[in-house]
Amino acid sequence: MKDFYSNRKYVIAGLFLFISLIYIIRLFSLQVVNKSYRLSASSNVSRSVTQYPARGLIYDRNGELLVSNEAVYDLMVVPNQLQKFDTANFCTILNISIDDVRKKIKQAKDYSFYTASPFLKQISSKTYAVLQEKMYKFRGFFVQPRTLRKYTGEIASHALGYVSEVNEKTIKENQYYRMGDYIGKSGIEKSYEDVLRGRKGVSIYMVDVHGRKMGSYKEGKHDITAIVGVNIVTTLNTDLQEYGELLMRNKIGSIVAIEPCTGEVLALVSSPCYDPALLIGRIRSENFIKLQQDTLKPLFNRALMAQYPPGSTFKPINGLIGLQEKVIYPSTEYDCDQGFYGGGIFVGCHNHDSPLNLPRAIQNSCNTYFCNVFRNILENRRYGSVAEAFNSWREYVMSFGFGSKLDSDFTNELKGFVPEASYYDKYYGKNGWRAMTLISLAIGQGELATTPLQMANMVTVIANRGFYYIPHIVKSIEGQKDIYSLYKKKRKTKIDSSHFEVIINGMDWAVNGEPGTGSTARRARIEGITVCGKTGTAQNPHGEDHSIFIAFAPKNEPKIALSVYVENGGWGSTYAAPIASLMIEKYLTDTLTRGWLEEFILNTNLIDHEEKGNTLE
Amino acid sequence: MRRKVILWNSIDWVTILVYLILVFLGWINIFTAEYDEEHKSILDISQRYGKQIIWIGTTFLLAFLVVVIDSRFYHFFAYAIYGLLIFFLLAVLVFGREIHGARSWFEFGPIRIQPSEFVKFATGLALAKYLSAKHLNINNIKSLASAAIIVMVPVLLISLQPDMGSALVFFSLVLVLYRNGLSGSIFFAGIFVAILSILTLFFDKLIITTSIIIVSFAVFWIVERKMKYVIYAMAIFAVISGSLYGLKELFTFALSIYFILVMSVVLSGLVYLFLSYRRKIRNVSIIYFLLVGALVFTFSENYVFNNVLEPHQQKRINIVLGIEFDPAGSGYNINQSKIAIGSGGFSGKGFLKGTQTKFKFVPEQSTDFIFCTVGEEWGFIGTLTVIALFSILLIRIIKLAERQRSAFERLYGYVVFSIISFHVVVNIGMTIGLFPVIGIPLPFFSYGGSSLWAFTILLFIFLRMDAGRMEHFI
Repeated sequence: MKDFYSNRKYVIAGLFLFISLIYIIRLFSLQVVNKSYRLSASSNVSRSVTQYPARGLIYDRNGELLVSNEAVYDLMVVPNQLQKFDTANFCTILNISIDDVRKKIKQAKDYSFYTASPFLKQISSKTYAVLQEKMYKFRGFFVQPRTLRKYTGEIASHALGYVSEVNEKTIKENQYYRMGDYIGKSGIEKSYEDVLRGRKGVSIYMVDVHGRKMGSYKEGKHDITAIVGVNIVTTLNTDLQEYGELLMRNKIGSIVAIEPCTGEVLALVSSPCYDPALLIGRIRSENFIKLQQDTLKPLFNRALMAQYPPGSTFKPINGLIGLQEKVIYPSTEYDCDQGFYGGGIFVGCHNHDSPLNLPRAIQNSCNTYFCNVFRNILENRRYGSVAEAFNSWREYVMSFGFGSKLDSDFTNELKGFVPEASYYDKYYGKNGWRAMTLISLAIGQGELATTPLQMANMVTVIANRGFYYIPHIVKSIEGQKDIYSLYKKKRKTKIDSSHFEVIINGMDWAVNGEPGTGSTARRARIEGITVCGKTGTAQNPHGEDHSIFIAFAPKNEPKIALSVYVENGGWGSTYAAPIASLMIEKYLTDTLTRGWLEEFILNTNLIDHEEKGNTLE
Repeated sequence: MRRKVILWNSIDWVTILVYLILVFLGWINIFTAEYDEEHKSILDISQRYGKQIIWIGTTFLLAFLVVVIDSRFYHFFAYAIYGLLIFFLLAVLVFGREIHGARSWFEFGPIRIQPSEFVKFATGLALAKYLSAKHLNINNIKSLASAAIIVMVPVLLISLQPDMGSALVFFSLVLVLYRNGLSGSIFFAGIFVAILSILTLFFDKLIITTSIIIVSFAVFWIVERKMKYVIYAMAIFAVISGSLYGLKELFTFALSIYFILVMSVVLSGLVYLFLSYRRKIRNVSIIYFLLVGALVFTFSENYVFNNVLEPHQQKRINIVLGIEFDPAGSGYNINQSKIAIGSGGFSGKGFLKGTQTKFKFVPEQSTDFIFCTVGEEWGFIGTLTVIALFSILLIRIIKLAERQRSAFERLYGYVVFSIISFHVVVNIGMTIGLFPVIGIPLPFFSYGGSSLWAFTILLFIFLRMDAGRMEHFI
């Protein structure tokens, strides 16, 4: 076969050889002619020092500084550059034993022969000054400036979170981190780690044979500039947060306060709390273990992670669902003779006026009324079966943010629990249960589990008459126009906004009703401010019940919505209601008119002295 | 048995020797790139260097199998093999495992296989078979389109993974078409388009447009050889663009210079076409449409670059073209890679003495950036050796291809050449900052079983064909 194109082999081969030639010229210029790339063949004359940027600062919503940084020094070691040195002198300067030195060098070698790893962390400026003069004697060591977190106050430890060294798992998973790097481990420090950490840089220094710095290599041409962490403004109100922590002292529980019109978290208190300064620096690991072993679990963020049945604070939701499903009307009345009897089941109630309509049932927290409402919802003829009606009820409940994570910017948020029909099928068999079987859900007991954050969010929904923004703790990030659109999107519940007014009136009367009308939360009253609230008691099989109060104020154009939990506090009205009331007054007026009430709360100690958790203070 | 003895004697041992050297050098460079104090043995199979020796061992077995099969097998089953591999490409999109955002891998227990590596030789076989058909005119639109489909199906499927680097490799097969008689003007037009697209990213569209117009006048002169025509044409263009500019100034229209220029091209084009028709000047319309084509191309490229490409892709292209200087950003890899190679100097830092690589400054050290290790530890001598070895291998492949008696085998030889040379050029080019960072391995060198297996099969099928070139024709 004739081949007319045989000569093209020269074109093709020529093309390749031409490119090879260009590459060889380029390599020659890179490797032989251009000396700037030749750092060194022995790796002794240059040394890369990681530049750790300062983490971003954290402010409260009014621009008050919450978290900043202070300088410390890490002594680093590069095992393959080590040479014999005066160990005794070295140990004296650093105040460590020779065994320590051996152990630490072994550790460094285990990590890497060529890469620097920390030998002794967080040397004080004073030791550093002495060490710096003698550094030339210790080849293979160098000092790395670092920054540590510094806290302005002793507050908001749970919300802010803490920073600690990365563990090996993270190093393996994420290319960015190296041994000895710091990383946010909880709270804002964790959820905004990418923003706060900035970006590490590398400086390349010329080093003489004695390991002394001789200036930067090539005027820093090959350095990578570190980028300082970005500052964050949180939604927290320092005064309110501080006051909340004060009120919760000697009590176990939590306070979550949210600004309803934005979903911004104003205060997030989990008690007992701890001083965030305990978890920085060299004292960190020791303190961390202490805190971890504390029986009162101060590290546990109750506001996000404690799950309780909501108790009577859940009654407004059942009322709303009843209205939406048209199984009751605001004027619907039910008799209550100290309890509810139905299908052989009895739910007790306290002594109050009878019969009551919906707002007054909220005011009096009548169990009987809400058992009737709940039965109406589940036995609604619109649905083919109780199970179907139940799942519809569940969807309403879920639309308030229960039973799933709210997707807030908190880490470690828990889901709570709202059972499905299938959950009961498993226990009672299909069609083996009726409205009466689940009647405890009517008054927020039973299988329901909610977190304090979810409850605060529920109040937000009521305050807003039907919608919420995902609660979040970061207001703005420096240099970014807006926080994530996730937190700007209005979330509607499945309840029409017109139904809320009745419920809100009930919550108003619960606090501000005339004496003798059965108001359950009169302790939350504030002169001149219409507080709307609802008490609740979470049953506690292990001891005294938990005291719960949810509230928002003012009634029209609400500025604050909150949930307060006091574990083992008994009735909702006893401790939780006054605490919520004091918080509202503090936030709205910044003055306190009821010294006696404040004193009562401050003097209450619900923690057994034997296992007092404040030993660390 | 007689045939095997002949095979032993007639197989090209030069190529095999170069191949073995490359595989061996690759292995010791993987060793030094991944070297771990804790695991000092090069045979430690918990490390990549230990794993690579398993891949190498199995590869030799595979090469042996490829060689003992009758060479007519590859011709006969070319389309079947192609079809099977395309099926695997489809399957990997569904059942594949996603790693680093691309669904390119099948996972069988501890082993991961990347089908896109194997599609290369399969596509080569199918293309060679198609092109070697008798009476096929490659410049005929229909056959060109069929050849293009054979190549574009895998390109499309691999882009869906998405693995742009592996997809781009297939474009190198245009060399095979060229060798088989693809019109030189189409081939060089392709190269012209490639250059134009790079210039478009470099320069402002106004400069590009102006230059294209000037080039068109020059081409007109070259084709017609009559200065008079060119001057007429320029005059017409000047009058039209001048009056448009005048109108703009007079009525203060908000028109950009670029818009005026494009309008002038359109309006004067109408005049040219009319005049050339009247005076029977040939080529005017061809040149004019090429001009418009080039303008549309630059415009759409700008559009694609700014609106279709992801910001990180734009950045990578810009870095290579030196448009943005950003050592801490996406130029980081290239910069670190250049420092590693540059720091090797003339003779390198020595085996296991590299520091840039030990500090893990360079990413993908043992796979895509293995050439850095060569540069740092073996210096210019090392890099020159590696390039020389590849040059010997590739020139040898051309030589073997040209001595084949059948078109199928010769074209397959060029497939082998195109694919290996594209990998070498792009891979080395990116480590020394002359190419964008496209993640494709250095043949026989980079860590990874799939690529080693696939390149070995690619090469040894051809060696088998070459060894048997006398078998069926004597």
